[in-house]
This record gives sequence, structure tokens and C-alpha cells, in this order.
Amino acid sequence: MIKPLLVQTGKYLIALSILVAFSGRVSAQTDADAIMIPKNYLCTGPMYSHSDWNHYWEGDFKRTNGNLGHVSSQMFSLMADYGVSDKFNVLVNFPYVWTNASAGTLKGQKGLQDASLFLKYMPFEFQVGKGVISLYGIAGGSIPLSNYEPDFLPLSIGAHSRNVMGRFLVDYQRSNFFTTASAEYVYRSNITIDRNSYYTTEMHYTNQVDLPNAMVYNGRMGYRSESWIAEAVAENNTTLGGFDIRKNDMPFPSNKMNWTTLGANFKYTFSRPSGLELTAGGDYVISGRNVGQSTVFHGGVYYLFSVVKQKKDKK
Amino acid sequence: MKKNIYYILPVLAMVFATLSSCNKTIVERNNAFQPLSPAKLDLNAETWKPVLLTSVTQFSVAAPDAVSSPAYQADLNEIKAYQRGITDDQKALISYWSAGAVLRWNEILRDLVAKHNLPPYQNDDGTYPAPSSANPFAYPQFPFSNPPYAARSYAYVSAAQYDALIAAWHYKALYNRPAPYKNDATVKALVPKSDLPSYPSEDAVVSGAAVEMMKLLFPTEIAYIEQKEADQKLYRMIAGANTRAEWDAGEALGKQVAGLFTARARTDGAGAAIGTPAYWQSLETNTAATGQTPWISLEYPKRPPMLPLFGKVVPFLFPPATVIALRPPPPPSTSSDQFKKETAEVLSYSKNATRENQAIVQFWADGAGTYAPPGHWDAIAAEEFVKENYSEIRWARNMALINMAEMDAGIVCWDAKYFYFNPRPTQTDGAIKTLTGIPNFPSYTSGHSNFSAAAATVLTYLLPDRGTKFTDMAQQAAMSRLYGAIHYRTDCEVGLTTGKAVGNYAVARAKADGADQ
Repeated sequence: MIKPLLVQTGKYLIALSILVAFSGRVSAQTDADAIMIPKNYLCTGPMYSHSDWNHYWEGDFKRTNGNLGHVSSQMFSLMADYGVSDKFNVLVNFPYVWTNASAGTLKGQKGLQDASLFLKYMPFEFQVGKGVISLYGIAGGSIPLSNYEPDFLPLSIGAHSRNVMGRFLVDYQRSNFFTTASAEYVYRSNITIDRNSYYTTEMHYTNQVDLPNAMVYNGRMGYRSESWIAEAVAENNTTLGGFDIRKNDMPFPSNKMNWTTLGANFKYTFSRPSGLELTAGGDYVISGRNVGQSTVFHGGVYYLFSVVKQKKDKK
Repeated sequence: MKKNIYYILPVLAMVFATLSSCNKTIVERNNAFQPLSPAKLDLNAETWKPVLLTSVTQFSVAAPDAVSSPAYQADLNEIKAYQRGITDDQKALISYWSAGAVLRWNEILRDLVAKHNLPPYQNDDGTYPAPSSANPFAYPQFPFSNPPYAARSYAYVSAAQYDALIAAWHYKALYNRPAPYKNDATVKALVPKSDLPSYPSEDAVVSGAAVEMMKLLFPTEIAYIEQKEADQKLYRMIAGANTRAEWDAGEALGKQVAGLFTARARTDGAGAAIGTPAYWQSLETNTAATGQTPWISLEYPKRPPMLPLFGKVVPFLFPPATVIALRPPPPPSTSSDQFKKETAEVLSYSKNATRENQAIVQFWADGAGTYAPPGHWDAIAAEEFVKENYSEIRWARNMALINMAEMDAGIVCWDAKYFYFNPRPTQTDGAIKTLTGIPNFPSYTSGHSNFSAAAATVLTYLLPDRGTKFTDMAQQAAMSRLYGAIHYRTDCEVGLTTGKAVGNYAVARAKADGADQ
């Protein structure tokens, strides 16, 4: 094992933003890091995140809205990551989301959002000079857990699409410092809305909406040790298509929605009680199009343990 | 490593299965409409009662060139040349336009209403700019096609098309010119063949009337509208349905008849419907003086009320005095127990919103960026009418009946809204959160209820075999405003009553216009 330290460190479960569209970026994704948990280990626990914005972009026009004030989204989710093998992990996440606008009359929404499942596979790991390069392939999918309303942006809790994602990830680690880069393609299914017609750049006489697919680029670097992880993260989300919100129009699920965030994450792993982990972090949208300029904070408590008692000496 | 393959392979297979089964192609309902093949030609339609036209010969249409003339033969050769080199784009034009001229122009209008149905963004000082027909391209572009503006637009375009077709039917009968494919066996009919005389072209009449009307109503869209007209003209020729001369004669007639309607539109009072700051203030002051709580805008910054003088616009189906006669009795006093009770009911719908109610609210919301409630009812009507195989003139007549009822229902509703200037539920109780945007005008009575009941009343008359389908829909549309927590129950119930009363004027007109005898 070239990276015993990482294996010992366990899964690093941190909420990352993903396509929850305009309302807020609170859906969790845990597939963008370069950490695996060992075979027969389970890491699980609750996570909370809070997103808030009062500036948003209609196309490239940045504005506030006195009829919305601050739009916030909060999420509580339960996550689990299981080591099928040292090189193959399965992650699941079940989020509950609620939204609110501080001004105006629109009613906030709440409900179970989208369950996600990721399969994370590390086929290659090799030494280069004094560092280690590892390659990952991550495939996943998500499905809505409830019949929530996607056509009520910016207060919808999600886009209500079924997604399939594929990510390629490269990690380089030298002593305790690492750099990770990844690119993900997100395929989004059509969605069904309650209206049977809608206007994008023309009228559509259907209740089906073609959501643009998306690319996500993620880069992170920082410090990893047995007890600490500290990292800086940059991420870009770009929809492959979609249309701009017109001035003073309402947002729509098939809008073009692009944004770039900068953020930082921290994780502390206790030596006693062994397996207890705390995470915290946040990010901020530095540029965007048809999205809110949100600030996200999140934190989680996780417990890592072996589900097979007799296997004591992992190393 | 090898073992992992056993996990990966099924997963990859699932992913590919999901991807390949998820065809994102969407077939929209209006793209599935079949070519129009009228069951009845309505050859006597020149006797039908027009709206503004004083006689079928008010505008003259010159006799067509003789079939044997070089001019007509040249026109036929033009068609044959098109048919020899027909492209896929041109086939798509045929597929689109052959569903019907009145239908497609109504759709185009709905598209423009949706495009322009956006409230202006505020100025830096918290006031709002107003669109200007004199300077239509400046922000905010003219028009802001809100529900009253939309209702009026649909009415004028539909009524102009109807009158123009009555005149056209007269000349069709007079000149009795068969379609190109009947005069020359080498001209193919790429649309269903018809025995209707083809001079002047009914498609061109519909198009000319629509274009002339829409230039006034949507002046920033002239290039778009004229392109649609050019497409339709090309379609008629390629399809072998009309010669160029038949089109041109029809287009000219359509434009002339529409001139009667543009002249009416310029003086119907809609241009002044926005009111003045002094008038807006007087509404509030006068209502407060009666002891009632006056409406205030719930937008931030506060937006002037939407078209407060639209109630003074001259209606189509009855004289202005009837608007006053149709005005409903006052709503429950804002200090009454009944009012408190109704406010509590709205709060209850807000707090206990079910997903089912939310879906109903969304379905009927028809707010900013949509074709507005009258456009929704036009869409409902159009999807019924395509099943009926109406002639173009019956299409136009039925759409005109619906849309005149919509406009007049809008006038009657707006009259009540600004006469009573009644506050919205959320103004009464700030705890009431809404499931859709609150429209920026007074509560009593509900516009959706008026529009829906008026349209449903006309549709039920036109299509009696549909039973209570349309009145059920209108009932649901009205209640959607209560479920959405933006209207009191009384607003909806009384709105349905006045809307039905307006719809009955259209039904009375329909019974007497000669089309159903």
C-alpha cells in the first residue's frame, strides 16, 4: 500500500455544491475527493449545510430583489460510505432541504430532495519521484426522493431530474501535501412540471422540460495528515445549453446556470474516540450566470468503523 | 482488482441502460397537429354577422386574372418551380402551417404575449419606468403584455381575422376561382384538397389581418411577424394551394379590414389605462374615505397598480354602460367578520398547502413570462378546435367570440377591481405566504375567475358535447387563486359569476351571427 496514511484517514465526507440550480447549492456530493476508506469499513453520519444569497444574476445582469430579500436553503442529510474494497467505495446520501425568502410573499419549500449513489474506483496508483499519483473513476446517479415542485424557482428545493454522473479524478500527493483535479459530466433527464406549457425563448406546449446537461470542474489542494485535513477548493459548474433569465423574469429549471466558487474545508479526526470525525467548511460564488451569489457553510459529524470485527491489522 | 470488475460491469451496464433509455426528445402538442381538412366549407359565411365591417363589399377585391391569361400561367409555373426543388425546410413549413392559419397566428400571438409579459424593472430611485408606444424599443420595451393587454390583443387580432374572412368569403363565392391544383394537373396538392374557391387566399387574409394588427400591438416584433407572413406565403405557393396573385389579393384585403380595428384600438381608451400618479393616489384616498382598507402594492419597491383605467376601455360585446351594470355588489367590508373569516381561510390554505393544490396553482398560474390567462384559454380552445376540422372562417369566428369575451371580461373585472380597490389577503395578514406571485392589482374580483368563466361559457356553447369539461376547468382555475393564497373565496366565486355573465353576451352573439343556423 503506497498511501497507508490515506487509507487510515478514512473517508472524507464533505458537502460539495452541485446542481441544485438557482435555489441554493446545498445538495451534497462526496465524490470529488481522492480519499478511499478501507475494505469493510463504513463511514456514516449527519451533515448540515446553509446557503444564502441576496444578489443574483439575470443573464449577466447582477441585482438584488426586494421581493425576495435573502434566499436561504438549508440541508440536513445522512450519508454513508462503504469500503467494498480498498480500491472501491460506495457512497450514498439522503438530503432533506428547506428554503426561505426573507422578503416578499413567496412561500418557502421543503422536502426530501434527491438520493444519490456514487461508485468510486481507484484502479491506478503509482509513485512518481517522491510523490504518489492516483487515478479515480467515479460514476453516480441521483433520483428525486419526493414529488417536490421544481418549477418554483428560486424557492424550489431541486430540479427534480434523474441524473447520471461520471467523473475522472487525478490526485498527486507528496508528504502531507496534495493536489486534486477532476472533471465531471452530469447527464440530466427531462423533468415534468405542473404547467403544460412554458416560455423559454419561445413557447413550448408540453409539460416536459429538457434540462441542459452540465460539466463540473473541481480543483483542490491542501494538507492531509492522520488527524487533520485542510484544503482550498475551486469549482466551476457550467450547463451545456440553457437560456438566460430575461430582465425581471422568473428563473426556470432549464436556464443556463453557471457559477464558480472558491472555498475551504477542514476535517479533524479524533484518535479517541477512534473513528469520530468532524468536518466544516464553506464556499462563495465569485462569478455566476442565472444563479444566486451564495455563501455556503456546512458541518458534519461522522463515525468510521469496521463492520468486520476480526480484521484488526489493516496495515 | 479483478474482483472489482464484478461490481463495475453491472454498474456500467446500468448507466448505459439509463442513458440510452432517456431519450430527451420532446414532442410538443402543437407540433402533432394534422393538416386542416375542413369538414364543412361554410360557403354561406359572407352572410355571417361581422364585428366592425359594415358590408362585405366595404373593401373591393379586383377580379382575378383569367385562368388562360399569361399572368395566371406564370403564377402556376412559379408553383411548379418551387415544387421541383422542394427542400426539407420547406416541407417543415408545410407541416407547420397546414394545421391552420387562424390556429398558427393565434399561437404566434401567444408567443409574443409571453415574451413581452414582464413587469418593468425599477429605476434607481424606486420608481418604475413605463413602456412607451412612441419609443417601443427603449427599456422597458412596449408593450408590457399583462393580462388586460393580452386579452385585448387576442380580441383585436381574432375579430379582425373574422371580419376579413367574411369579406373574403364573399369574393371567393363571387369569383369562384378553383385552387391551382384543380386548374393544372401538374400542380401537386401538398395539403388536403379543398373545393373552397382560392381567390382571394383565406390564409393570406388571416395573415394580412394579423400582421396589420400585431404591428400596432407589438411594434418591436415587426421583423419577426413579417418573416412569419413570408413563410406562410411561401408555404401556400409550394403546397399548390394558392398562386402569388391569390395571396396578394388576400393579404391586401386582410390589411384593409384590420385597418378598421387598428382605428378602433387607437381610440378605445387602452392607451390611457395606465392612469397618472394623481389618479393612483385618488384611488387610495377615495377608498379610505369610505372606511374600507385600500389596496396597497405588495411589491418592493411599491409598483403603481396595473392599468387602473382598463375598466374604461370600450368593450366589444356591449356598450360601456353595461360594464357598470355588470359590476358586482361590494365585497365583504374589510372590517366585517365575514372578511376576517375569509382571510383566515386563505391563511389556512397557505399553511396547509398540499402538493396537489400546489400543482393546481402552478397549472393555472399564468403569471409573468406566460401567455396570460386569456392565452391559456386560447390554447385550450385551439386544442379542442383542431379535433373539429373547422373551416378557417369558423375557426376565426369561434376564436373571436372567445377573445372578445375575454377582453370584455377583463374590462368588467378591472372596473370592479378599481371601483372597490380591495386589499389582497397578504396585505390583510402578513403571515399569508403565497404559492405563486401576487399580481399587482386589487383583489376583488379574481381576474382568473372572470377570464375562465367567460371562456368556459363560450366554449361550452360551441362544444356542447364536452359537457361540463370547461366549466369544471374554470372552477378549478378560480379556486387555484384561493389555494395559491392570493385571493379570498368571494373574489373567486363572484369573479366566476361576472365572467359567466360576460360569456353569455358572446353566446347571445353566437346564436344570432348566422354561423349556427
